Amino acid sequence: MEHYLGIFFSVIFIENMALTFFLGMCTFIAISKKISTAFGLGVAVIVVLAITVPVNNLIYQYFLRDGALAWAGFPNVDLSFLGFLAYIGVIAALVQILEMFLDKHVPALYAALGVFLPLITVNCAILGASLFMVERDYTFTESVAFGLGAGVGWALAITALAGVREKLKYSDVPEGLRGLGITFICVGLISLGFMSFGGIDL
Amino acid sequence: MSSPKEVLFSPIFDNNPIALQVLGICSALAVTVSMVNTLVMCAAVIFVCAFSNLFVSLLRHVMPSSIRIIIQMTIIASLVILVDQIIQAYAYEVSQRLSVFVGLIITNCIVLGRAEGFALQNGPYISFLDGIGNGLGYSILLLLVALVREPLGAGTLMGYTLFTSVNDGGWYIGNGLMLLAPSAFFIIGLAIWGLRAWKPAQVEPAEYEIAENVQYKEAI
Repeated sequence: MEHYLGIFFSVIFIENMALTFFLGMCTFIAISKKISTAFGLGVAVIVVLAITVPVNNLIYQYFLRDGALAWAGFPNVDLSFLGFLAYIGVIAALVQILEMFLDKHVPALYAALGVFLPLITVNCAILGASLFMVERDYTFTESVAFGLGAGVGWALAITALAGVREKLKYSDVPEGLRGLGITFICVGLISLGFMSFGGIDL
Repeated sequence: MSSPKEVLFSPIFDNNPIALQVLGICSALAVTVSMVNTLVMCAAVIFVCAFSNLFVSLLRHVMPSSIRIIIQMTIIASLVILVDQIIQAYAYEVSQRLSVFVGLIITNCIVLGRAEGFALQNGPYISFLDGIGNGLGYSILLLLVALVREPLGAGTLMGYTLFTSVNDGGWYIGNGLMLLAPSAFFIIGLAIWGLRAWKPAQVEPAEYEIAENVQYKEAI
C-alpha cells in the first residue's frame, strides 16, 4: 500500500506532469484565465487519466509487449511498435464513450465539462502518462495510482495558475510581455516553487 | 491565395506557432537542455508536420467530415511511429534521452492544428510548404532556447566544450537553474517579449485598464 501511495504522491508533487514535464501545455496556457473553468477542465483530466492509463496498461500487458500474445499462441510476436497508434486510439475512443455516457446519465456534469471533453483527446498529458507508464513498466495496480495521481497533479497546477492569472489582471505589465509572455514567466515561477518538493524521496 | 514563399516563411516570425498561436509547446520544452536532442526533435517535427499536411490534403475530398479527426490522428500516429523507429535505429542514444517525447509529437497541437486548419482547404503542394514553414517556426524558438540553456547550464554546445567547467580545472561554474525545467519558461517568456517589441502588431490588448489617478487634481 505504501508503495502505491508513494507513486501517487510523487507524481502529484515531485514529478508533476505540467510543471516538470511540460505536458498538456497548450490547454494549460489557453484555458487558465478563470478558476472555475480551469477547475472543470482539471476534473475532466483526472477522470480521463484515471481510466485511460490502466486500460492502456492492460492493452500493453496482454497485446503489445514482447511475448504478450503467448496466451493466443504467438509467443514470438512483439507488437510494441504499434503502441502509439493503440494508445491514441484508446484515448480517443474512451473520451467519446465518456462523453456519450455523461450526456445520457449525468447531464449536470456533462454540461459543466462539455466543451473540454473533446479537447482532452489531444492533451499531451493524457498520452504522456500512458507512455511513461509503458517506459517505467508499471503493473496494473501501480498504473491506477499513477493515472489518478497524474490527473490530480495536473488539475492542481492549472487551478493554481488560474488563481495567479485572475489576480494578475489588475497588474501593470509591460506592453510586449502582456498576456502570453507574463503567463510563461508565472508558470516558471510556480514550477520553481514545486521544485522545493524535489528532495523528498517517497 | 497567398504565395508559396509567404506560406513558407510567415510562420517563422510573423505568425509563429509557439509565440502567437500558443500551439505545440507541450512535447518539446523538456528536450531543450541539449542542442543535439533539440535538433533531432525539430527534424522529427518538421518531417511529421510536412507529410501529415501532404497526406491530409491529398485525402481531403474523400474523407467524410464526421470521422476526419480519427483519420488525421491515424495518419499522424503512423508518421510518428516511422520517425520513432528511424531514430531508434540510427541514433539509439538520442532516442533514449528523448524518451517519451518523440511519441508526444502525435498530440503536438501544431501538427493537428495545421492539418485541420490549412490542409483541409488547400492543395497538396501548398499544404506541404505550410507544414515545413510551421515546423521551422517551431524549430527556431526551440533552437533559441537550447542555445541559451546548454552553454549557460553545462558550458558546452553540441557536446563540445565552450567554457571549461570548474570540475575540469577551468573557470566556469555551470548555472544549475538552466538545466532545470523552469528556465525554459523564463527564456520563452522573454523571447516572446523580444519578438513583440520588434513586431508591435502582435501585442495583446489589455484586459483591464487601471483608471487614472485623479486624487491630486481634486486636492488642488
